[in-house]
Amino acid sequence: MDSIQKFDAEPVVSVNQLSIGFHTRQGDITAVRDVTWQVHRGEILGIVGESGSGKSVSTLALIGLLDDNGYIVSGSMTYQQHLLTARSKSAQEKQYRASMAMIFQYPRMALNPIRRVGKQLMDVLQVIGTPGNRAVLKARAIELLNEVQIHEPEQRFHAYPFELSGGMCQRVLIAMALARSPDLLIADEPTTGLDVVTQDAILGMITQAATTRQMATLLITHDLGLAAKYCHRIVVMEQGQVVEQAPAKALFTNPKHPYTRALIAATPALMRDLDDLRAVYRTPEEAA
Amino acid sequence: MNNFTAHAFYVFRSNPVTALAFIAFALILVIAFVGPFMVPYDPLATDAVNSFAPPSWSHWFGTDQVGRDIFSRTVVATRLDLLISVVAVMLSLVLGTAVGCVAGYFGGWFDRITSRLVDTIMAFPLFVLAMGIVAAMGNSVTNIIYATAIINLPFYIRLARTEVNVRRESAFVDAALITGNHHSRIIAVHLLPNILPPMMVQISLNMGWAILNAAGLSFIGLGVRPPAAEWGIMVAEGAQYIVSGEWWISFFPGLALMLCVLCFNFMGDGLRDLMDPRKRT
Repeated sequence: MDSIQKFDAEPVVSVNQLSIGFHTRQGDITAVRDVTWQVHRGEILGIVGESGSGKSVSTLALIGLLDDNGYIVSGSMTYQQHLLTARSKSAQEKQYRASMAMIFQYPRMALNPIRRVGKQLMDVLQVIGTPGNRAVLKARAIELLNEVQIHEPEQRFHAYPFELSGGMCQRVLIAMALARSPDLLIADEPTTGLDVVTQDAILGMITQAATTRQMATLLITHDLGLAAKYCHRIVVMEQGQVVEQAPAKALFTNPKHPYTRALIAATPALMRDLDDLRAVYRTPEEAA
Repeated sequence: MNNFTAHAFYVFRSNPVTALAFIAFALILVIAFVGPFMVPYDPLATDAVNSFAPPSWSHWFGTDQVGRDIFSRTVVATRLDLLISVVAVMLSLVLGTAVGCVAGYFGGWFDRITSRLVDTIMAFPLFVLAMGIVAAMGNSVTNIIYATAIINLPFYIRLARTEVNVRRESAFVDAALITGNHHSRIIAVHLLPNILPPMMVQISLNMGWAILNAAGLSFIGLGVRPPAAEWGIMVAEGAQYIVSGEWWISFFPGLALMLCVLCFNFMGDGLRDLMDPRKRT
């Protein structure tokens, strides 16, 4: 992606010095520390890090899905200039979050297993208050299925999730997300468990929608190569902290932080040993 | 709907025992509805001359100690026994599912209180509890239904609570939540249909228990009152004559009871398969 693209001065999401903790039996744990990033209209921001680096936690807080024992320790997050709390307590905050959408990690689990996918799309349309009777909603749902390039959308409308492939389920989820015409789209590892071709198709679809609809998009992934290909800017996280933040191209050509360098070096290639991959993880003491 | 019928045929073909059970259930329903108009004798009419008549062409199942026709009585009793078990099971299903769903979904104090109440009910021997309820509230059909519903309630609450609880954290509930669905809608549209298949199995087992329970209460004199035709009473009345050789008085109503319970139990798997679209491949 072209890294010198210009965006609005005013970000859609602004996360400032955000720390998120969890109450646990072993006392309170801070999962995310002093994280700061912004994402603008039409921009795709990649959040990259290994498992447990805290890359999902801040976005879950943003969309209001933080676990019950999670809380904001310090810092703030604003969405379209509205200050958000960790949970949608007030109707107003629910209203703000109505223009966010999320694509989940395991598409098959994010769909109700015993409801026809077309019905689930109609549910979304109905909840957001699309005008019209059932026939209108159904036509719109089929139109959406067509938009995410599902073949024979009239037939697939009646399919159950278990009758579709993982990639098809993810397309349905994208359709459900786009149905809400969101200003912010969060894609949390959207291609886990999909083969490379499908992965490319899905991410191509997400990025294209982000550009044409001018959505702010967060792409959470552990795959640095993927992020480099599809994102404008990349935030690298380690042990709950942002270690580096740079335009995608710059990050690759000139990684500043040793962790980023290690991640890039760890990208699997044909002639590499497994030992190169194992060298990435550092203990909290090493990272500090 | 066309789709559903095709699915039903598939389920029945792949599981002949279920098909047989459904046919038997349909037969029981027909008997319950039209039986009382078709029987050859008045189920309450006594005929002292013809008492203790063994099964014959004029009295297929024989007659009892006061000469009432056992075939007529067994057929007529179907309606009452079925009514008690169906209404009781529906009551506990509706109430138990509602309470269990709310407890499993929201957790918190409501869950804690209902769970402890359920534990308390289950700590009693259930049949004794039913006896106590009927004895305290009075000997009527309504009270038998209530008693049967109450002793079956814990199973539905527990099952619904657990099934909702394991699905509460699933991604599709999260997805529905951030779309802006109300909690009530999530329970009704997304969770309830998902927990129906296991509930169906529970229903069919409970129908059997309910009908045995009603008959059991009548057998010990705490249910429907004589001379009403009811399988439990008929078995109780005939029990004392078995030793003297008049086996048919309690045998035929007992057989009807057994076939009924067997039929309900066999229906369970079929009902579950009918309710689960994942079986429609």
